[in-house]
Amino acid sequence: MRKTLAIFEKEMRHFFYSPIAYIVIALFAVITGVFFYLYLSSFVQAMIMDMIRSQQFRTTPQKFNVNLQLIRPYFWNLALISLFVLPLVTMRLYSEEKKNGTVELLYTSPLTITNIVLGKFLAGLFFYIIMLIPTMLFMGLLFVYGNPEFLPVVSGYLGLILLGGAFIAGGLFISSLTENQIIAAIGGFGLALLLWVIGWAANFAGPGMASVLNYLSVINHFEDFAQGVIDTQHIAFYLLFMTLGVYLTMRSVESIKWRA
Amino acid sequence: MIQVNALTKYYGEKAAIDGVTFQVQKGEVLGLLGPNGAGKTTTMRILTCYMPPTSGDATIAGFNIWDEPMEIKRRLGYLPENPPLYTDLRVTEYLEFVAKIKEVPKDRIPSAISSAVEKAGLTDVVNKVIGHLSKGYKQRVGLAQALLNDPDVLILDEPTVGLDPRQIIEIRELIKALGGEHTVILSTHILPEVEMTCGRVVIINEGKVVAQDTPDGLTQRLKGTERIILEVKADGQQMEPIFSRFPQITRFQLEDSKNGVQKYVVETTEDIRNELAKAVVQNNIDLFELHSESLSLEEIFLHLTTKEEVA
Ligand SMILES: Nc1ncnc2c1ncn2[C@@H]1O[C@H](COP(=O)(O)OP(=O)(O)OP(=O)(O)O)[C@@H](O)[C@H]1O
Ligand SMILES: [Mg+2]
Repeated sequence: MRKTLAIFEKEMRHFFYSPIAYIVIALFAVITGVFFYLYLSSFVQAMIMDMIRSQQFRTTPQKFNVNLQLIRPYFWNLALISLFVLPLVTMRLYSEEKKNGTVELLYTSPLTITNIVLGKFLAGLFFYIIMLIPTMLFMGLLFVYGNPEFLPVVSGYLGLILLGGAFIAGGLFISSLTENQIIAAIGGFGLALLLWVIGWAANFAGPGMASVLNYLSVINHFEDFAQGVIDTQHIAFYLLFMTLGVYLTMRSVESIKWRA
Repeated sequence: MIQVNALTKYYGEKAAIDGVTFQVQKGEVLGLLGPNGAGKTTTMRILTCYMPPTSGDATIAGFNIWDEPMEIKRRLGYLPENPPLYTDLRVTEYLEFVAKIKEVPKDRIPSAISSAVEKAGLTDVVNKVIGHLSKGYKQRVGLAQALLNDPDVLILDEPTVGLDPRQIIEIRELIKALGGEHTVILSTHILPEVEMTCGRVVIINEGKVVAQDTPDGLTQRLKGTERIILEVKADGQQMEPIFSRFPQITRFQLEDSKNGVQKYVVETTEDIRNELAKAVVQNNIDLFELHSESLSLEEIFLHLTTKEEVA
């Protein structure tokens, strides 16, 4: 545990000693901020239009629900942006050590592969949570000026962190296969995208296959979280997915070591 | 302390090392000597449990590399060929990290770091970012890293590469001082380094151990090889038939040829200066100089590791 923590801590230092971390955080904050503004203004506009209409025609105004019409689509939007940005977080996690030869230090120290891989995975996940903080501030604005339901926001973030964890586990696995960070980033993005769109393919598959593809699609399990439903079945899916990613990373590291 | 038994490692079809066998006693400093590509790094990577051999085994501090690599790693300090540094960290941050992963007890970390820093001569740069250090200082950080856990066994892959002459001397003294308390294996292709620091030498070439002995012993053993410097006024191929008359001559080489005076270096299995002088004179060749030279370790090394073109 102490050694896993040492790896975790070292990874966090790498993140914050390199400009990439700040660029990624800033990029994520700006993009999510712009989308927040767009979603918010179109929501407000729709509300105002409705108010004007209801006054003109003397009808009762429509009921607007911030959770359903703003927060929910915004969580989907965050998930999509994460898909693009997370490969930038995972690309160097393993590749850089291979490239710089620091694996030689790690593999000749009394560390288990679990220490190494888990420490790196947790660092990636923690960094993602830090990335999400600005979006929490945006959400906070809604609570200052409005009165949304709180629970769906919590479930949405839980869903995002679980989904992000799945992307990070996959990205870490890809990063463990190559010493080239660019390849690791592209591969990580490709893998995440594949897992995202696999659900679409289900539409064209036979019924048996469709249910398998639907189950595998990381995004199908996100739906409930975005809607404010916390279902243990989906939590289990993501935990299983992360475990699998971490496990595959450990196996790949081991087999590469063996062949070295 | 270290038993290495018929280690063989294949990269694809090619054997990087083949049946490497040697022992190191506790407290000994052993030099692993060999030209580029001899298999020094490969041997060290196997001993440090970085990678498994194709076959063979080794025991370090009583633990087998196949069965208990973790126990070996606990007792090991390793400086790889390229120091494994995180260039974005400061020296102290890096050493702290290494101390943690090497299981240095929490309360002993500060003293372990300051002692390693002092031994490696890093006191002035502890707060610098590693990436900003010169190559020599980076090498020292690598060395400090290897010393942190006060290891029983130190494995140093070309520890003096990139250092300036004064630093080289310092590090050699340090390594020498480390022997006794620690068991050290260092690799190098610099011969004086071996002569100065090592109690024993294992010479490997093309993946095989070709000799092992003390530096003095090696010189002694190859004393059988005499070296005769011969200067004669001769031209063309005049000397070759004469040399070929002596079965004791293992090889000869024309070093220099100036104003009709040829300078040969002749290697023989025994001292044949007398006979050679007579033969030269009998052939009406003017003899300018004839003396013998003992082989330096450098030449012994070349002897052992280059395919001899026997005349
Ligand atoms: N990863 C690898 N894949 C394939 N061949 C390798 C690999 N590593 C080393 N070799 C080969 O194994 C042989 C021994 O290499 P090694 O690095 O052990 O030599 P060395 O004695 O350390 O040389 P140097 O003095 O240059 O450091 C060389 O022929 C090398 O080309
Ligand atoms: Mg080498």
